[in-house]
Amino acid sequence: MSKLRSQKDYEKTSAFRFWQWLSGEKDPYIGNMEMKEQEVFQESPIVVKEREIDHIKLHNKIYDIDHNKELKLFRIFYRISAVLLCGVIMAALIICVSYLPETGNPNNPTVNEVAERYVEKGTAETGVINTVTGMILNYRGFDTFGETCVLFIASSCVMILLMVSEEKLKTLPKNLEPKDDKILQYVARIIVPVLMIFGFYVIVNGHLSPGGGFSGGAIIGSGLILYSSAFGGEKIRKFFNENVYKCIKITALIFYGCVMTYYFYTGANGLTNIFPLGTPGNIVSAGMIFYINLFVGLEVACTVYSFYALFKRGGL
Amino acid sequence: MNDNILFLLLIFLVICAIAVSFSKNLLNSVIIFMSYSTVMAIIWILLESPDLAITEAAVGAGITSVLFFVTLKKIKTIDEMVSKKGTALPGSEPVAGKEESSNE
Repeated sequence: MSKLRSQKDYEKTSAFRFWQWLSGEKDPYIGNMEMKEQEVFQESPIVVKEREIDHIKLHNKIYDIDHNKELKLFRIFYRISAVLLCGVIMAALIICVSYLPETGNPNNPTVNEVAERYVEKGTAETGVINTVTGMILNYRGFDTFGETCVLFIASSCVMILLMVSEEKLKTLPKNLEPKDDKILQYVARIIVPVLMIFGFYVIVNGHLSPGGGFSGGAIIGSGLILYSSAFGGEKIRKFFNENVYKCIKITALIFYGCVMTYYFYTGANGLTNIFPLGTPGNIVSAGMIFYINLFVGLEVACTVYSFYALFKRGGL
Repeated sequence: MNDNILFLLLIFLVICAIAVSFSKNLLNSVIIFMSYSTVMAIIWILLESPDLAITEAAVGAGITSVLFFVTLKKIKTIDEMVSKKGTALPGSEPVAGKEESSNE
């Protein structure tokens, strides 16, 4: 056993001073250098007044509103041109509407070709049985991508407006946390797993039966809401805290964008993609629709729960 | 038969939509709005679009109303209603109601 050094002995050594210098506990310059405190710069009130007067003079010289003919002319021109522009835009829109096909006409192209193609070739082209999902996630996948981005932006805006700091979240006033309600807790213990499984079923079966990412995600989100309103924020933070939320949300959106980009790229260049259509009716079939349903479902579930949590206590 | 049910439900829908805006109690209007969404979901099923029905039931009847309830709780409208009712009831004292509202 080595001899134990006392603290005073140790403080005399150069090693101690070196570590002190390295960790920044002691600044070697303070007390050893000549230093002078900085004075706060203050203007004298006379200078300030002079500058204000100069500013007003300059302002009046430039914006001589009463005697400026150019400005008067410009204002008249501005008003007339604004009215004219509005009239032109309105006229253009009305003319465009008059060229549109008549509403309710059975010979309209929107009624015939598009719907026919969806119904007849939908299963063959996208591999789905529920044609609605094939429509919104495959033919119009770009629209759905925009909707998912809107959800992301909406929850980000709610976070910006309503989020409180973490210390404040841990010491919440009692009225924001749920009361210890035994009936609600017992019911939630039974219903929440069923809700979660049903939501997952709706998401995964989106291309086979009615439902899909949006509705399944909303069901999972309402399950999370029920759990958090029965047991409080402490318990739900054990498996769904802010880091998990951020990971799921950002990963789902990025993967959705990547899959969509890959799909468009291969489709536009006539290449074969790595997502096989499979046999219609299987769970893992319909190409990318299965994966996109999963991503959309995760995104919607996170958004729905985050809305509730941010409204309720200002943090996840 | 199906058309008659649809007609009845549509009339109920219009009544609900008018009642939401004319109800003075905010809690009541939220609950009427919930019933509006539920009826709407049934109408979607009758019109053979179950996708929309699921979404309407989950989002319209479930999450929107929950968000409304949370907001009403946060701006302390629900608590005020409860304390007002507490004063109106013969059994409870008015002081107890006031204490409740100040605590919560």
